[in-house]
Amino acid sequence: MDLFGVPIQALLGQLMLGIVNGSFYAVLSLGLAIIFGVLKIVNFAHGAFFMLGAFVAFMAGSYLGIDYWAALLIAPLVVAGIGMLFEYLFLRRVYGLDPIYGLLLTFSLVLVLEGGFRVAFGSSGQAYATPEALRGAINLGFMILPEYRAFVVAASVTVCLATWYVIERTRLGAYLRAATERSELTGAFGINVPLLVTLTYGAGVGLAAFAGVLAAPIFHVNPSMGSTLVIIVFAVVVIGGLGSIFGAVVTGLGLGIVEGFTRVFYSEFSSTIVFLVMVLVLLVRPAGLFGRTEG
Amino acid sequence: MPETARAHASGVDAAEPMLRIENLHAWYGESHVLHGVNVDVHPGEVVTLLGRNGAGKSTTLKSIMGIMPRREGSIRIQGEETIARPAHRIARCGVAFCPEDRGIYATLNVAENLELPPPVRPDGLSTDEVLALFPNLQGRLRSAGSKLSGGEQQMLAIGRILRTGARLLLLDEPTEGLAPSIVSQIGDTIRKLKEQGYTILLVEQNVRFAMTVADRYFILDQGRITDAHDKASFEDNFESLMASLGV
Ligand SMILES: Nc1ncnc2c1ncn2[C@@H]1O[C@H](COP(=O)(O)OP(=O)(O)O)[C@@H](O)[C@H]1O
Ligand SMILES: [Mg+2]
Repeated sequence: MDLFGVPIQALLGQLMLGIVNGSFYAVLSLGLAIIFGVLKIVNFAHGAFFMLGAFVAFMAGSYLGIDYWAALLIAPLVVAGIGMLFEYLFLRRVYGLDPIYGLLLTFSLVLVLEGGFRVAFGSSGQAYATPEALRGAINLGFMILPEYRAFVVAASVTVCLATWYVIERTRLGAYLRAATERSELTGAFGINVPLLVTLTYGAGVGLAAFAGVLAAPIFHVNPSMGSTLVIIVFAVVVIGGLGSIFGAVVTGLGLGIVEGFTRVFYSEFSSTIVFLVMVLVLLVRPAGLFGRTEG
Repeated sequence: MPETARAHASGVDAAEPMLRIENLHAWYGESHVLHGVNVDVHPGEVVTLLGRNGAGKSTTLKSIMGIMPRREGSIRIQGEETIARPAHRIARCGVAFCPEDRGIYATLNVAENLELPPPVRPDGLSTDEVLALFPNLQGRLRSAGSKLSGGEQQMLAIGRILRTGARLLLLDEPTEGLAPSIVSQIGDTIRKLKEQGYTILLVEQNVRFAMTVADRYFILDQGRITDAHDKASFEDNFESLMASLGV
């Protein structure tokens, strides 16, 4: 069976891979959107924290014998801790200043982290074994889907839903939404906003690290693995509307799929399509697909 | 002036004001807005801050809550100095703020707005008691904050701070832009709160409304307190005060 001269098998196969990539975009842009909402800072270090998550999993495995499943829990917590320390010591000094300061500060962290890991581990990268339980493959009829990729999608969707639940349905989430909308006033109601900001940053970069651990068995764990991915993630967040949680997740998955399809029809263009979509969306809706225009 | 007499009363504790502001200065960036404000409010009083638009009334309340970019001087709440504290720690001294724009969060529903401030004292109202006080809010708990009318928003804004158990309330123009029936409902609420011993610092443009609830008045002009009156002296000087306030 063909569709526009392309075997339907190939099409569905790329769709599936697009969803896998989209899962990474979704988890990463979710964290970016939460951080932007509360801190009003574009976290350029997001890709570096993704990379850090993968390296923490790798180091925990090779030095301490910590397995994948434990790393999936521990690495995000470790990275969240590092992120909170960074927020507490450095980032909070630039709130309310020209956005260029936040940009430069988070970008400098990228240089420090990537440079540090390059010195320690070289740039070629380290292999990280797929967990034993997920080494098989599922025959979907139209393609053979490695079990691990299916797990990545399921884990990402679960984490996005859990994050959505916390934000929309819990008291902590109400604090977070309140601080996003009017941070000063929220402090006047007795809520410790500085602490909330620190926790938000930790949660956001923890999500990035979670994606990093998920990515470790798929990509080589290497110092620049975050930079390549995060550029697309920034486009995703811009398309979805900066600060829109729902928009970030939906756009992340959606663009993964768009990319997958493009690879089928015109593969040279697949790494550019996201930016073309970004330009088109911004022409029509400057605040992004799900963004609210300030009144 | 009555506050002078009280300030010199013997026994520091007996005369301890609920709120004492001394030589308060405040800035928005480079712009110096308050120039040494002095105000005191005693337990159980309703004190009204009057003044023309832009005099610094809202800025005074924001300074008390610690949400000004920069403030200096002394603000004591029940004797505790709070000038150096962050906003959330000031709120925990038992002071609560109802801002001029009501401060209802559009992304929170009514129940979430109501239950946002954590209780700071054990004897705050329950959600049910707030709904009994403001029946208009009943049945609206799941509505988005942005879907309420102006009057409902004001009731939510007042109800929200009563839940915390704070005994010192800062109300910034609670009647602004509201229909007369709602204004009188808010007046009833303020009188009820006063009977229950709450202390209230009220900012008002509506002088006639203020006169139905206030015990004392401070007049603010260009960031300075220029005049203070008790109930009797305010009524005696009513005409000239109205003229100087430009109302
Ligand atoms: N956010 C702000 N930034 C800069 N200046 C402000 C801001 N809010 C108020 N002001 C200025 O501070 C002065 C006092 O304002 P405000 O306290 O709001 O007055 P009032 O409540 O008595 O009408 C005014 O001159 C006003 O223009
Ligand atoms: Mg005002």
